[in-house]
Amino acid sequence: MALTSQSLSSQNLPTNLSPDKQREMLRQMLTIRRFEERASADYLAGKIYGVVHCYIGEEAVAVGVCSALAGTDRIISTHRGHGHCIAKGADLNRMMAELYGRQTGYCKGKGGSMHIADFGIGMLGANGIVAGGISIVTGAGLAAQMEGKGGVAVSFFGDGASNAGPFHECLNIAAAWKLPMLYVCENNMYAAQTAAAQTHALPDVARRAAGYGIPGIVVDGNDVFAVHQAASAAIDRARSGGGPTLIECKTYRWRAHTERKGQPDPRDATEIEAWRRKDPIAFLERQLRDQGELDDAGLQAIERDIIGAIEAAVAFAEASPFPLPEQATDDVFSA
Amino acid sequence: MRELTYNEAALEAIAEEMRRDPKIFYMSTDTIPPLLKEFGEQRIKATPITEAAFTGMAIGAAGCGFRPIADWRQVTFCFVAMDQIVNQAAKIHYMFGGQVPFPILFRASVGGGGLVAAQHSQSPYSMFMNVAGLKMFLPSTPYDMKGLLKTAIRDNNPVISFESSRLMGRKGPVPEEDYAIPFGQADVKREGSDVTVVALAWLVHEALAAAEELAKEGISVEIVDPRTLVPLDAGTIRDSVQKTGRLVIADEAGPTAGFSAEIAAIVTEDAATFARLKAPVKRVCALQVPIPYSPVLESAVFPDRNRISAGIREVLR
Repeated sequence: MALTSQSLSSQNLPTNLSPDKQREMLRQMLTIRRFEERASADYLAGKIYGVVHCYIGEEAVAVGVCSALAGTDRIISTHRGHGHCIAKGADLNRMMAELYGRQTGYCKGKGGSMHIADFGIGMLGANGIVAGGISIVTGAGLAAQMEGKGGVAVSFFGDGASNAGPFHECLNIAAAWKLPMLYVCENNMYAAQTAAAQTHALPDVARRAAGYGIPGIVVDGNDVFAVHQAASAAIDRARSGGGPTLIECKTYRWRAHTERKGQPDPRDATEIEAWRRKDPIAFLERQLRDQGELDDAGLQAIERDIIGAIEAAVAFAEASPFPLPEQATDDVFSA
Repeated sequence: MRELTYNEAALEAIAEEMRRDPKIFYMSTDTIPPLLKEFGEQRIKATPITEAAFTGMAIGAAGCGFRPIADWRQVTFCFVAMDQIVNQAAKIHYMFGGQVPFPILFRASVGGGGLVAAQHSQSPYSMFMNVAGLKMFLPSTPYDMKGLLKTAIRDNNPVISFESSRLMGRKGPVPEEDYAIPFGQADVKREGSDVTVVALAWLVHEALAAAEELAKEGISVEIVDPRTLVPLDAGTIRDSVQKTGRLVIADEAGPTAGFSAEIAAIVTEDAATFARLKAPVKRVCALQVPIPYSPVLESAVFPDRNRISAGIREVLR
């Protein structure tokens, strides 16, 4: 069993993904970005309430992992969850309606941006508590093991969560019970405003896997092929009874921790700019162009479809009724 | 009728339900030998001592169609899993718009009497009563234990079974045939006309002993055991107080913002019941302190039959 961390990028890996699959990955990554650009604008315009945490810059992680999963596999997300929802196949209309606080939203307006779930597609929810989802999705991994149908479960979490107790407790129990799990750390280098360098004993979260006797892999999280490759290998291992894998995706969020007008970003401007030049979407677009599988017209067609879908989602949300006040007491308990 | 202990009644309920439904499985830090023997390691899982992890895992497995039982053993051990209990289990069904049910049974022993000090003795159910989205009960007899556990396991929500550590070995009649006790139905453990005592778990038995003594003086005590804390049977309690006009609440927990305060509130905020009150409501609770170790100190902290009697005399004065 490989206990050492390895670093993967697709530069030295062959890509066996079909052009159609690659274009679908590009479409999903662009959908995440355009959805959030719209959500941010509508938030600042006062049409979306509370808080919105954007995933922009990290799209290759959600899409790289989810593109390697089956529809019946299950994932759990974080407060920064739009990307995972979209990558797992969530409906944009119901997502946008939830952000707009409407009855037709995924949570009937009870959850908002931080709590979108779709159990029908194996998306067990965005979770507002850092590290809050890790134990829940480990239970989904246990369920998959007990079901015995080869299913796997994926925990998405950030570098901040990797310092919390449930991360360690769950890695241990998943390793001890050989649960079919992927633990995917999206290391965007900041826990809210605080730099990981100030709070982590080791720079690589993946090295912690050694303490639990499972593979720990560092991946270029802005390289969707590398993420897909690492996830595919870990999924194969999990499905065949080999137990969990910890995959650390090094990435960066382009926007502040939350959307807020005029809020200063404490991060270094040159650092932000350097990561923007490593745009995961531009990377995939370049790869497709280099293969002769994408041209300007093709990209414009994808963009047009996405903008159309997002406009339709906003129209659906705006046309949907708000919940009735008396519905505040619905669903506290299940029948 | 045959007799079982409180603990045997609980295990019999769990075993019968596990035979009936293969989706039920059990997680705890130590396995219970008869359950392990019958159902094996696949369904009776020994976890690491990580309540946060296995409580969260119970939630996830429940959301995937299983019906987990997560046994915290001592209630104090579940405090390391408060995020999973309060932020996740209680809220997840509501927060996600009721997409799927989360049928989970949590088990936890409560109360004192074991001389094991503050970190192994507590009755913190009112902390959980305060959280929307959790059902919970606290039985006083083997019969109630079995019937309520059956309802809990069949319920589609997170339910906490609080179990009195003082009553584990106490015997009582339990029928052989299948039965379940619905949630939200209090039980009048003794009928009377002068004063109502609302008591839980061990203090039901202490109240019964007090009532027996006071009957010799011609004082007629009615004892109401709510059995379920959420949902709470306000109707039976109010009816009893309307009949007697006097209320004593006996609780092994401290009084502050507690179960006893809730009972006082549901009685006094109801105009029809308030109008019948002949005396102020009296609470007979533990002292508001962490539970101490020394026998002298522990028994100084907890209410018992003598304090219940004194409370009854006070409202009759």
